[in-house]
Amino acid sequence: MNPVSDHKSIALNSHNKADGSVWSLKEKFLLGLTPGGYLQAVFKNPVNWVLFAIFAIGLPLIAQRYLSGLGSVTYASNDYPWGLFLGFGLFGMVPLSASGFMLGTTVEVFGRHDFHPIERLALLNGLLGYFFAVVYLLVDLGMPWRIYYPMVISFGPAAVLFLVAWHVSTYLSVQIAEVAPAFFEWIGWLKAKKFIRSITLGLTIAGIILSTLHQGALGALFTYAPGKLHPLWYSGFMWFMFFCSSIPAGLSMVVVVSTICVRSMRWRCDENFLKNIGENTLGIAKGASLALITYLVLKVISVAHDNEWSYLLTDWGRYFLFELFVSIIMPLTLYTIAIKTRSVGLARFAALNTVLGIVFNRLNTAYIAFNWQIYQETPYWKEVMITITIFAIYFVTYRFILYRWPILYTWKGKK
Amino acid sequence: MERRSFLKGALSAGLAASVVKTEKSEAATFDGYPDGMGVLVDLTRCVGCRSCEAACNKEQGLPEPEKPFDDMSVFDAHGHGEEHAEGHGGGGKRRTDEKAYTVVNKYDVPGIDHPIFRKMQCNHCNEPACLTSCFVNAYTKTPEGAVIYNPDVCVGCRTCMVACPFYVPTFKYSSAFKPRIMKCIFCYDTRLKFGRPPACVEACPMGALTFGKRKELLDIGRQRIRENPGSYVNYIYGEHEAGGTAWMYLSPAPFEKVGFDTHLPKEPILNYVKEFLGAVPMVLTIWPALFAGFHLLATRKDGHGHDETSEEENS
Repeated sequence: MNPVSDHKSIALNSHNKADGSVWSLKEKFLLGLTPGGYLQAVFKNPVNWVLFAIFAIGLPLIAQRYLSGLGSVTYASNDYPWGLFLGFGLFGMVPLSASGFMLGTTVEVFGRHDFHPIERLALLNGLLGYFFAVVYLLVDLGMPWRIYYPMVISFGPAAVLFLVAWHVSTYLSVQIAEVAPAFFEWIGWLKAKKFIRSITLGLTIAGIILSTLHQGALGALFTYAPGKLHPLWYSGFMWFMFFCSSIPAGLSMVVVVSTICVRSMRWRCDENFLKNIGENTLGIAKGASLALITYLVLKVISVAHDNEWSYLLTDWGRYFLFELFVSIIMPLTLYTIAIKTRSVGLARFAALNTVLGIVFNRLNTAYIAFNWQIYQETPYWKEVMITITIFAIYFVTYRFILYRWPILYTWKGKK
Repeated sequence: MERRSFLKGALSAGLAASVVKTEKSEAATFDGYPDGMGVLVDLTRCVGCRSCEAACNKEQGLPEPEKPFDDMSVFDAHGHGEEHAEGHGGGGKRRTDEKAYTVVNKYDVPGIDHPIFRKMQCNHCNEPACLTSCFVNAYTKTPEGAVIYNPDVCVGCRTCMVACPFYVPTFKYSSAFKPRIMKCIFCYDTRLKFGRPPACVEACPMGALTFGKRKELLDIGRQRIRENPGSYVNYIYGEHEAGGTAWMYLSPAPFEKVGFDTHLPKEPILNYVKEFLGAVPMVLTIWPALFAGFHLLATRKDGHGHDETSEEENS
C-alpha cells in the first residue's frame, strides 16, 4: 500500500547513508528516491487517486470562495452564521487536538516516561489539528486577511473570542516549539533542539493553561446564545463540558492515528514504537475512559442543574439521549471491556467511536440544536466539499511529516 | 508580620474586594445612558405600508429591492429555510438581511379581524450582546442610544450574529473583498447625532413610531396602555428584554403571536458568559503552580533533571 516500500527506498533515519556519506536535504525530502521514482510511487498509491479526485473538485471551490465571497459556496444564512467550516473545522478539530497537552503533561509533568514512544505523535497531532482549525477559520472569516487584528489593531478583551484568538495563537507557537525537536533532528540543527529541550517543562505547563482555557472558551462561545441553543445542550458551565470532553477526544485521536500508522505505515515505525504501542494504547484507554465518565456525569448534572428532565421526553430529548449513548456510554463501555480483557483492537475501535462521538456532539451544539426553535439548516454541497478538501490537505500534510520526521521512529544519527 | 496586622490586612483586603464587587454588580445592571434615545413602536397603529422600509433603504443607500416597496406580496414570500420557520420571526417571515436593515411582517392573529403588522430592525440594546461578544471592539453604544458598527476593524467572524438574541446583524455574504456586517445604526451618522429622529420614524404616516428619550417613552407606553386597556396587551416589549432595549413595542395581541421571542432573558446576554470569564484569571494563576507542584511530586525519585532521563530513553 505505501509508495515507498514498493520502490525499495530506505526508511531514512540517520544523517548518513550506509556507506557513511551524508544524505542531502533533497534526498531526505524524496525519502531517498530519485525524483522519477518518487513520482511513480505517488501515482501507484490508490489513496492518492482519491485525494486527487477530492482536490480536483475542492480546490476550484476554495478559489470560488475567495473570489466570489462566502455567499457563493454556502447558503449565506444570517440565522446560521457559523456553518460546517466552524462547526466541524473549529469546534470539531480543536478537541481532537487536545492530545498534545495531554501526553505532554503525562510524560513531562507527571514523569510517565513509559508513554514516551507515543508522545511525539500526540504533539504532532495537536499541532496539525490546531493549525488546520485555523485554516478552516481562514476559510470562514469574512475578512481572513485581518486575522491578526485582535492582536494588534483593535482589542475587545471582554469577548470570549478574544481569548480564543490569543490562546490559540499562543498555543500554536507553543506546539510548534514542542514539535520542533523532531524537525531539528531531521534537518540536523542540534543546537536549536537543545535549547527547546531546556524549556520543555515551561512549554508543557503553558500548554496546559492555554488548553484548559481555550477548549473551555469554545464552549463558552455558546453561552452567548442561551435562547438559541436547545436547553439540553446549553449549560452555564458548558465551557467545562467542552474542556472535559476534549480530553477523551484528544487521547482517542492519537490512538486512531497511531492505528492508521501501524497498519499502513509500518515501514516507518521503529521497533521501540511497535513494541510499546499496544501498552500505550491501553494506558491511554484508561485515561480516556476516566475522562469519559467525568464527562457523562457533567452531562447529567447539567440536565439536573437546570431541571430540564421534562425535555427528555420530547423528540429533542430522544436525540439528546441518542447522542449521550453513542458518544459517551458506548465508547465508555467499549473502553472498559478493552481494558479488562487487555484487547488493544477493541480499545482502538473504542477510540474511533470516541472521536466520532465528540465531533457529533460539537456538530449538534453548533448546528443541529442551534436555532432549535426556528428551522434546521442543512449545509450546501459546496460547503461540504470544501470541508472535505481541507481535511484532505490535513491528511496529506500529516502523512508528509510522518514519512520524514522522527515521530514514529527514533533518529539514529547524532541528535 | 504580627498576627494583628495580618488580620487587619486581610480584613481591609476583604473590604476592598467587596467594594470592587459592588461596583461590578452595579455594572451588571447598567440600564443604558440616562439620556439615551429610543423609539416606541405601536403595533395598533401600523398598517403595513412599508414607508419605513423605503425610507431606510434610501437613507442608508441600500441596493434596490427585487420587489418595489409598494408591492405587498412580499408579506407572503418565503426565503431559504423559512418554509420550516415557526418560532422567531413567527411562521416563516422575512428578516433583515444585507439589503434591508428593517422589514415589516404581517401576522394574522385568531380573534382579531384585521392583520397585525410588526416592524423589525436593530433594537439598540442597553447592553448589546453584539458589542460584548466582539473581539475587535467594532461596536459602540453611543450616549444617544445607538449601537453603531465600525467596518474598518471587523474581521467577519460573525459572533455578533450568534450572540444577538433578536437575530438582527446580517453579513454581506455576497462580497468577497469588502464584506461587512449590515445592520440598522439608528441613522446615527446622518440624523441621531444631530438630535433628529431616524428616517423610518419620519416617514411613518400613521404615527406608529414615536421617537424620544427612552425613559419618557416608557411613560408614554404605560399611559397608552392605561388609557386604552382594551386595545393593548399590558406589557412593553423591550423594557427588560436582554437587559432592556432602546426600541420598544406595544401590541394589541400577545407578543408571541406577532413574532416576538417572549422567552428571552431579562438580563443582558453578557451575564451568561460571566461564569466563564470569571474562571479565566483563576486558571491563569493557579494552574502554573499546581502543575509545577505535580511535576515535583511525581518526578522526585528520578532526581531533578527530567531532560537527561528522557534523553537517555530516547537514544
